[in-house]
Amino acid sequence: MSTITGRGLNRRSLLAATGAAAIGMTFTACGEKPKAAGAGGEEPKLNFYNWDTYIGETTLADFKKATGVDVNMSLFATNDELFAKLKAGNPGFDVIVPSNEFVTRMTQADMLTPLDHAKIPNIKNIDPTFLNPDYDPGRKFSMPYTWLLLGIGYRKSKVQGVPDSWKWLFDSDKYKGRIALLSESADLVRLSAKYLGHSLNNIPADMIPQIEKMLIKQKPFVKAFHDDNGQDMLLAGDVDLVLEYNGDIAQVMREDPDLDFVVPKEGSLINSDSLCIPKGAPRPNNAHAFINYLLDAQAGAAITKKILYPTPNAAAKALMPDSYKKNPVIFPPPEVMAKCEYGAFEGAEKASLYEEVITRVRAA
Amino acid sequence: MEQSWKQAKAVFAAALGPPLAWLVVFFVAPMAIVWAYSFGHNAGLTQIAITGTFQNYARAIEPLYLMIFLKSAWVAGLTTVLCLVLGFPVALAITFASDKAKTWLLLLVMLPFWTNLLIRTYALIAVLRTEGYVNMSLEWLWKGGGTLAALAGLKPFEPFQPLELLHNNFAVVLGLVYVHLPFMVLPLYSALDRLDKSLLEASLDLGAGHLRTLFKVVVPLALPGIASGVLITFIPALGAYLTPDLLGGPDSQMIANVIERQFKRANDWPFGAAMSFVLMYLTFIAIAVQGLLAKRTPEGRA
Repeated sequence: MSTITGRGLNRRSLLAATGAAAIGMTFTACGEKPKAAGAGGEEPKLNFYNWDTYIGETTLADFKKATGVDVNMSLFATNDELFAKLKAGNPGFDVIVPSNEFVTRMTQADMLTPLDHAKIPNIKNIDPTFLNPDYDPGRKFSMPYTWLLLGIGYRKSKVQGVPDSWKWLFDSDKYKGRIALLSESADLVRLSAKYLGHSLNNIPADMIPQIEKMLIKQKPFVKAFHDDNGQDMLLAGDVDLVLEYNGDIAQVMREDPDLDFVVPKEGSLINSDSLCIPKGAPRPNNAHAFINYLLDAQAGAAITKKILYPTPNAAAKALMPDSYKKNPVIFPPPEVMAKCEYGAFEGAEKASLYEEVITRVRAA
Repeated sequence: MEQSWKQAKAVFAAALGPPLAWLVVFFVAPMAIVWAYSFGHNAGLTQIAITGTFQNYARAIEPLYLMIFLKSAWVAGLTTVLCLVLGFPVALAITFASDKAKTWLLLLVMLPFWTNLLIRTYALIAVLRTEGYVNMSLEWLWKGGGTLAALAGLKPFEPFQPLELLHNNFAVVLGLVYVHLPFMVLPLYSALDRLDKSLLEASLDLGAGHLRTLFKVVVPLALPGIASGVLITFIPALGAYLTPDLLGGPDSQMIANVIERQFKRANDWPFGAAMSFVLMYLTFIAIAVQGLLAKRTPEGRA
């Protein structure tokens, strides 16, 4: 039964949990409407809205031991779900974990509370390269929790050499019927542009039809568009090449030594999941304390051991074994990283346009 | 003679009130909001300006989306026909079973409802996937056959090629038929069970064969049941979302998947709302057609 239940659990998929989490969230959030917070003191509670399997084994219990604050964690499966839930007003969350692009989007939509850096001294643990990103200059609204990279997960025994180009996914019939692509419209369009030699961002309008044509031509060779469960399809032998995040593939590589991951030579898309406090958070002091705790070296290392995503927390990384620090899947070499970019939020029209391109590809 | 509701207005109101309020608060009101969205456009990231524009509907009936609607209707139609063909004999068999067996057979038909749709769909994935239970069994048989052939001195079989059962339109239709079969069997059963068995005996006594009795007597009498079975299979199948998403291949998207992506990834609620309502208008038309059919057959009112 491992194919059903086994480790289908990962950060971004888990359709199953989505429904349950949504229901659970509604009840818990309704059940504990913020009481009028006493002057200064807040009730010892916190609502944390996180990705699935994205926290350490004992992190929440340890935080309770240290501060007495009881953390109630609910789960979301996609940024869109997070955004949709907060769009009509904060239902009671204190800390959320949007990705970089959504940090910009939520900042623009005035959905985030500015962070008080004086209450987050552990910011000193963060690798300085993460302290002034384009998506949140000066870290006014977000603290980095993890980062992740899209690339090609593959089965070594079924491919020739290392499939180190997007060509094998987007523009070749060499592995026909053995490819699964992530069903994120914007990511597909952007990585296609990257393959065609352009940046991920500011894709010119005349390039879009070219990308569409290429993907329509490629579609017959693609076995499926997956909902971020590509690592399961790879592990189960359904496909031999998947577009996936490095952390997801690192997790399945522990189970099957025949699997590997490569960041294509054209470069790729970096995401960074960030800790934020949404507007209207009932317990902002607890929220700051919790964010500070997650950025602690020990606590960060405990989380990283469990989830295996790259951490921007330099102090936590220093506590990790070499099998993590020197893992080229988790930390690709600097020359590869140099070609990778963050995807910027470029407005709602772009999102709509990319969606329509992929709808056309899938309907073709 | 029953008492007319006019003589007991208070009782009538008390009985009708709660469900009516429920319907208004949890169905009519949210639907009205979504309906209003369909005449608006995005103003900023979180606001929707309702301007009375028909632009979203114009976009929803562009050839791209129209073809997806048609394709969804085709898949739902195929599912319905397969459910009818498979469900009719099942319903007939249950009708003629002994009373004790009937209870058990009906229970078996309803049993899948006790498990969540998502879990059943994941189970289907485990059955159909390249290294799933079907292919594993076939491979085992194939290898066994090969060994026997070698023993008999024949040339060995080619290596086993697993069947492509998952991530294509076949898997989507299979999944939809599997999920919707009970919706077809239950109304068929209730129509067939009410059928006057003496009419069948009369038909057989008067010389009609079994098949002729089936098509000339049973099917016409069961027509209202068939119509409602077709309707409650077709409508949910038309809006199927999970099944094409999890079992489908790169070209298996149905209209509900497109709508979902508008609400989530594209963050274009007005357009998603317009497409939802086009789907709903189609559903209303289907119900109206069924209503007309039911009216024309006098048994429909029984």
